[in-house]
Amino acid sequence: MQNGRFVEIWVGLFVAAGFAAFFGLAMQVSNIPLFQTVDGYDVHVRFDNIGGLRERAPVTMAGVRVGRVKSIGLDENTYDARVTITIDRRFDRLPEDTSASIYTSGLLGEQYIALSPGGLDFYLRDGDEITLTQSALVLERLIGRFLASMGEGDDND
Amino acid sequence: MLGLLARLGATTISSFQRLGRGTFFLARVLTGLHSLLPRPGLVIAQVYSIGVLSLVIIVVSGIFVGAVLALQGYNTLVNFGAEDALGVLVALSLLRELGPVVTALLFAGRAGSALTAEIGLMKTTEQLSGMEMMAVDPLRRVIAPRLLAGFVSMPLLAAMFSFLGIMGAYVVGVGALGLDGGAYWSQMQDAVDFRDDVMNGVIKSLVFGFVASWIAVFEGYDCVPTSEGVSSATTRTVVHTSLAVLGLDFVLTAVMFG
Amino acid sequence: MDSGASSPDILVDISDLHFHRGGRPIFRGVDVRIPKGTVTAIMGPSGTGKTTLLRLIGGQLRPHRGVVRFAGQDVHALGHGALYRLRRSMGMLFQTGALFTHLSVFENVAFPLREHTQLPEPLLRDLVLMKLEAVGLRGARDMMPGELSGGMGRRVALARAIALDPDMIMYDEPFTGQDPISMGALVKLIRTLNDALGLTSVIVSHDVAETARIADLIYVISDGRVVDSGTPQALMESKSEWVRQFMHGLPDGPVPFHYPGPELVSDLLERR
Repeated sequence: MQNGRFVEIWVGLFVAAGFAAFFGLAMQVSNIPLFQTVDGYDVHVRFDNIGGLRERAPVTMAGVRVGRVKSIGLDENTYDARVTITIDRRFDRLPEDTSASIYTSGLLGEQYIALSPGGLDFYLRDGDEITLTQSALVLERLIGRFLASMGEGDDND
Repeated sequence: MLGLLARLGATTISSFQRLGRGTFFLARVLTGLHSLLPRPGLVIAQVYSIGVLSLVIIVVSGIFVGAVLALQGYNTLVNFGAEDALGVLVALSLLRELGPVVTALLFAGRAGSALTAEIGLMKTTEQLSGMEMMAVDPLRRVIAPRLLAGFVSMPLLAAMFSFLGIMGAYVVGVGALGLDGGAYWSQMQDAVDFRDDVMNGVIKSLVFGFVASWIAVFEGYDCVPTSEGVSSATTRTVVHTSLAVLGLDFVLTAVMFG
Repeated sequence: MDSGASSPDILVDISDLHFHRGGRPIFRGVDVRIPKGTVTAIMGPSGTGKTTLLRLIGGQLRPHRGVVRFAGQDVHALGHGALYRLRRSMGMLFQTGALFTHLSVFENVAFPLREHTQLPEPLLRDLVLMKLEAVGLRGARDMMPGELSGGMGRRVALARAIALDPDMIMYDEPFTGQDPISMGALVKLIRTLNDALGLTSVIVSHDVAETARIADLIYVISDGRVVDSGTPQALMESKSEWVRQFMHGLPDGPVPFHYPGPELVSDLLERR
């Protein structure tokens, strides 16, 4: 029966190691959503254009992550992008007139939302909406505008 | 010409017959699965010989596959100044594809072939028949525990493979190539989704575990009871499992990420 | 166990058995009745499907026509559960022994007991040792099957076959490939076990001399049919020339030396 004991211990170790690896993958490698959506409040943000923003993109303030993009939808009346972000419960003193912009991290990196604080004494709460927004910079549009201004410059000369 | 056609026909017919026998066999094993409930020891013993004994090859290849991915990935990414994304590259390729697929291929070679040979030899030496005459159903006593153990072991092995691969890539990327460890993990965590990447990988390895164990036990049970029969059944296990895993991987990937 | 009310003295009743494999007929209407408590031998030349007959009795194969009754029950009409219950009252000794190579001698004999009973370990140990004692191998209990000689392996398999105290034991070619001493031991063992445990024994064999020494009743099968049956003495003086050839082991006679086929000359000419 010693042999049976030996087998059992090894199998126990094997299963434990397997689950440990799985939890390692869940906690260390991926952003397991269970732990990140629970504790926070939702704020809606409207943008003219969100560019390449995707769900779960980070939301930062002064470079510090304060939340994540929860969902992205289209408002069919105004044809605006309606982005819902979840802000961590810890950051519950963001002024109501906070503004939001979409930036790109690095030249080819992921797009994220940066919040810049306003000055009001009222704070954002669950279900509020941020109205001061700046849309994503779409590269083609930028280049187009740049070329157009160049063209105008030529005309003036 | 006609002979060629006839051979094609014969091959097709015999593959379909094999598929049919395999399906009936599976149905009979699954209906007898409840008999294992009071006897978990049978499954545990098989998890040992299928899972634990495959650990060495899984651990070693996991670490090395991760390390190689890191080297190769770094050389490409550094051209774009995106070497911080190494963690993402390694984690996504391991979790979505390499972990489940390579584990299943190694499993076919290490555990699947051993299963087929063991069952085939039991059949050749009339041990299965003898068991039947002792009023012990070999499908329940021999086949079912092995099938279940393979099904359980595969996702655990695949999780270890992926995790060790990511650690191996960390050692190479951060330790040897001088990347920033914080960037390695944080970029990875940003890009890897638990449900889309980790869980889909687990689902893949569950499917592969089931198919690989099914093929292995069926080929053993269905083999021609001679020494050539056992050896060709063992070969078929490895070939069929590898093909099935690669084919299923394409289908699953198309469904999950397409 | 016993539900055979029709003919209480007959344990196995085979009637009009037809079986073919791959288009080749093996049995074409075989009738065999095996009385309780006897040693019955099924004999015939190699390749007459004697082993197949045992598998048909054990329900591992299905006949294409005909009925096999064991203790009054139609073996092939039973469902999975009932068939497995019925098999507990049969033991079978395979030609190769069919011992589990990964288990010791002790565990091999203990296997059916562990599978079918929940005996406490000390009682199980006693039972196994008694079974091993009966075949004279109690001292070999810790050996592995690979370490046993062929004759010892067969005796261990016999101990395993009687572990559940069956009503009947089937021996598949028990004498093939045995040296004279272990052959003698086996012959004695089969007879002794049969009488001491009140078993019914069925021996499939083509070793005439050994089988005739212990059998009460012999069926001779050839070409898919029972050619003759009776006591060994009766068969030695059978009216059938064929049976006499078989029983006395003459090289040529009604049984041709050559397997049936086309004429040699035409066979040779056919290939260009």
